[in-house]
Amino acid sequence: MLQTNLEHIESEEQLKELIENNEKVAVSCGRMGPMCIPVYGIFEILQEKYPDIQFRDMDFDIPAAAIIKVLPECRNFYGLPFTIYYRNGKVVKATSSIQSAKEVKSVIDEVFA
Amino acid sequence: MQKFDVIIIGAGPAGLAAAIYIARAVLSTLVIDESSAGGQVKTTHQVANYPGFVEPIAGHELAGNMRNQAEKYGAEFKLAADITALHLSNQEKWVELDDENRYAGEFVIIATGSSPRLLDIPGEQEYKGNGVSYCATCDGEFYKDKDIFVIGGGNSAMEESLLLLQFVKSITVIHQFDKLQAEKITADKVIMNPKVSIMWSHEPRAFYKKENRMVVEAENLKTNKRIRLERDGIFIFVGLVPNSTFLKNTPIQLTKYGYVITDPQMETNIRGVYAAGDVREKRHRQITTSVGDGTIAALEIIHKV
Repeated sequence: MLQTNLEHIESEEQLKELIENNEKVAVSCGRMGPMCIPVYGIFEILQEKYPDIQFRDMDFDIPAAAIIKVLPECRNFYGLPFTIYYRNGKVVKATSSIQSAKEVKSVIDEVFA
Repeated sequence: MQKFDVIIIGAGPAGLAAAIYIARAVLSTLVIDESSAGGQVKTTHQVANYPGFVEPIAGHELAGNMRNQAEKYGAEFKLAADITALHLSNQEKWVELDDENRYAGEFVIIATGSSPRLLDIPGEQEYKGNGVSYCATCDGEFYKDKDIFVIGGGNSAMEESLLLLQFVKSITVIHQFDKLQAEKITADKVIMNPKVSIMWSHEPRAFYKKENRMVVEAENLKTNKRIRLERDGIFIFVGLVPNSTFLKNTPIQLTKYGYVITDPQMETNIRGVYAAGDVREKRHRQITTSVGDGTIAALEIIHKV
């Protein structure tokens, strides 16, 4: 269970519904580890700055996380968290491992502008 | 321009301790950080040596409590904020952020801490999370029964190697010296493991990808000869660096390693500018010493006001 102030994705259906009903979605899938916690923290701050984007997290160890793990964009990922950006239901960007606020903002500018 | 009594740059334990004291003294306080609050503590699994907690506390929880405490007393926060311009002089102090606003402070505390050192060589950034990692507990399982490199020979490199040995088939340690800097008890456990080999006096110069495997180009520091070796992944643990590059174009005095020089009251060479925590030149770097630094800086400021 992730201890963050983000809304958690807990099932595949929940994620599917979220990306079907929202244009811009960012999901960070990881654990409560040193590479993941900073990304969740940045998401918590950015969700106030970017109200049009749905920021969520997801526990890497729940069965539903398979929906992220099997994405072709994550095939060569060897670092947590896996962070996926969806636009209009489609994956538009995926990053692996820790990201700084600057890097996350740069992705947001690139894919959600 | 928005004015504050005190601007604190950095929201780790030093910055947050200072914020708690200063805000409680009813001085207007702005805390700025390029990430979320908590500094390195928020990424620490368990903190067992912070006084007042009989049972270990999760680092992110301790950091969250510190931030909430500062906020409760009125400190304002600008997080995930980049400094785009900075002016620090005896007469005037201000910070400009990527929200295009300028914030002036009567006093400034620099508490930006330190971060894991990057090698800054070709391929490192490009393959981060795709073959290059900085955390054994996070990413070790992706390398189950695989061959990996560990770069570094200090305590963190050896402690992380011991964790990695639970997963991997083999570790090749690349180390710039001809002996390990880690504590002997830990270093011996690594060296004596049959799955470990060590390349002494070598430094990586570039990382490449060859199909799904990682290639390290390493230089022998004694012969200057370069070789290329292939493994499944690379873990880098080469120490910490102070987060002080943003001070390079200011008059703040730094050591040759980039640490901020202060007097015992935490004041820098610029009047009214203080430094606290891991970014400061000092011998011991712990959560408790950072909190102590932040407290001293805060009390000095309160006294002057």
